[in-house]
Amino acid sequence: MIRIEGLHRNWKEFALKGIDLEVQDGEYFVILGPTGAGKTLLLELIAGFHAPDSGDIFINGKNVTRLPPEKRNIGFVYQDYSLFPHLDVRKNIEFGLRMRGISDGSRVERMAENLNISHLLHRYPLTLSGGEQQRVALARVLLIEPDVLLLDEPMSALDPGTQDTTRRLLKKIHSMSELMVIHVTHNQTEAQILADRIAVMMDGRIVQVAAANEVFDRPLNDRIAHFMGVENVLKGTVTSNSEGLTSIALDSCEIEAVSGCAVGETVHACLRPENVTISVVPVKSSARNAFEGDVIEIEPMGALLRVKVDCGFMVNSFITKQSALELGLELGKRVTISFKATAVHVV
Amino acid sequence: MFKIKQTRHMFTSRKAPEPLMLVFLFLALVLLLFVAVTLANMVIEQVVTDLPALISAACEKSVIKSISLSMYAGLVATLISLVLGIPAAYILARKDFFAKGFVESVLDIPVVVPHTVAGIALLTIFGANGLIGAPLESYIQFRDAFAGIVIAMLFVSAPFLTNSVREGFQNIDPRLENTARSLGAPMWKAFLFVTLPLAARHIMAGSIMCWARAISEFGAVVIIAYYPMIGPTLVYDRYLSYGLSASRPIAVLLILVTLTIFIAVRLISAGWRIYDKD
Repeated sequence: MIRIEGLHRNWKEFALKGIDLEVQDGEYFVILGPTGAGKTLLLELIAGFHAPDSGDIFINGKNVTRLPPEKRNIGFVYQDYSLFPHLDVRKNIEFGLRMRGISDGSRVERMAENLNISHLLHRYPLTLSGGEQQRVALARVLLIEPDVLLLDEPMSALDPGTQDTTRRLLKKIHSMSELMVIHVTHNQTEAQILADRIAVMMDGRIVQVAAANEVFDRPLNDRIAHFMGVENVLKGTVTSNSEGLTSIALDSCEIEAVSGCAVGETVHACLRPENVTISVVPVKSSARNAFEGDVIEIEPMGALLRVKVDCGFMVNSFITKQSALELGLELGKRVTISFKATAVHVV
Repeated sequence: MFKIKQTRHMFTSRKAPEPLMLVFLFLALVLLLFVAVTLANMVIEQVVTDLPALISAACEKSVIKSISLSMYAGLVATLISLVLGIPAAYILARKDFFAKGFVESVLDIPVVVPHTVAGIALLTIFGANGLIGAPLESYIQFRDAFAGIVIAMLFVSAPFLTNSVREGFQNIDPRLENTARSLGAPMWKAFLFVTLPLAARHIMAGSIMCWARAISEFGAVVIIAYYPMIGPTLVYDRYLSYGLSASRPIAVLLILVTLTIFIAVRLISAGWRIYDKD
């Protein structure tokens, strides 16, 4: 188990402002946050590359804050994998063993086989693809059997296809070795797929720690909601609340949501764009919230389209290209948007 | 590799050459010829007009002694520069500290100080009455001694090594060292097995520059140690005593020996480029 208490550190343009965290053995823990939040700095402090200005780090109950990196038994994989360019793949993988005075070629070969890089052992890092480099880096770090594996943005240098493979590989490694993994990323999808728990980090602080789904469905505040891809965050005031069914007055209209907020409270209503439906005729459905508005923006988003509708307040909706075609969507078209009261998360 | 490709592109491109490029080419040519013709002219004229003098100079004992002394003292100065310069280069490459700019300037001073001035300064401190020379007098002497030659060479040549090695260290991503550390390497092992090999080319290039600078030094050496004579001192001594025709064969010999070693070392270390990341 890793426990971090009151960690502070100023370094160049980054700062950690009092980090408290606990990560359990065997857990896949993702630290999710925008660029510049201080995520990599936090990992480097755990690994011992920097000393904190204040605060402590405990691994399995032992205070390691003053220990040099080589005595912490922590595996660290940087974003660019940091393979040693002057050593071939075999020498890279066995580096950790050599530093411990162990020479065991068969362990290197078994590890290479597990990660499907046996055919690369004689090659030099600069001749490998990104995915290959990453597997070499993982082999190198797993061979020292670390207590915890720290991954710094492991996918960001890979193309989308390789990212898929890598995600599966990381899942496999984690489930087979029951290794504690702390994985840093700014990508929510990656976090959601891999994480047991997620810590959201912003401006040098941990702002929410929760099970993966909870962070997505129930972000603690509007900034987290924004970052987690909740594109519609509407500010308003609670006007009534009867048994959870809450009315929230926005500037121009009123929406209904399910929450425990008290009347008079200023709140943010979070609404994911995939939960907003668009129709061209007024609909009768269980959706309590239905508003008319004009399409003011249509933007392709991979397989989907993001449609922005102005109905007194701005609402983004994701729809498939097929349905856009069927609805005859175009800029300026009058449409009705609707969403269920249960789809609105109030913070 | 990349640089070669670019050059080739510059000369084979079908586009009309830029006028500025033509001007640059012309000026670069002037510089090249200035150096090459001056030296080649001396060597060729000596070989053509008075080959026997060159051969007899090459067989003369005092000439051989002086030139080998130059090489050897230069080598010792370079080795000392390595021992003292690599740590300094590493600290300057990796750490920021108060007055770093000042420290860097101090280390670079020998490059700008006139060499006779350096010689006077060295003699003042390493001479028999000097701050360092006096207490050491019964153990080691610098005035007119091998140690004095090495000290003078070290003073003027160490900055070249330090600067080159520092650039090499700066080119190495500190993440590689961090990774080595977390894989179980104490700092000295990370330095020995990761940092040093990756800086090999810069260390080699710096050593060549340092050694070349050391054996070409005259001003500082001649003040602290006229004797034993190093190559350049012998050339100067013969010139003053017997004139141009007596000193030139030695000068030519000195150039030929130096160039040969210089080219040989460069060829040997050319393959080290593979360690470079770029």
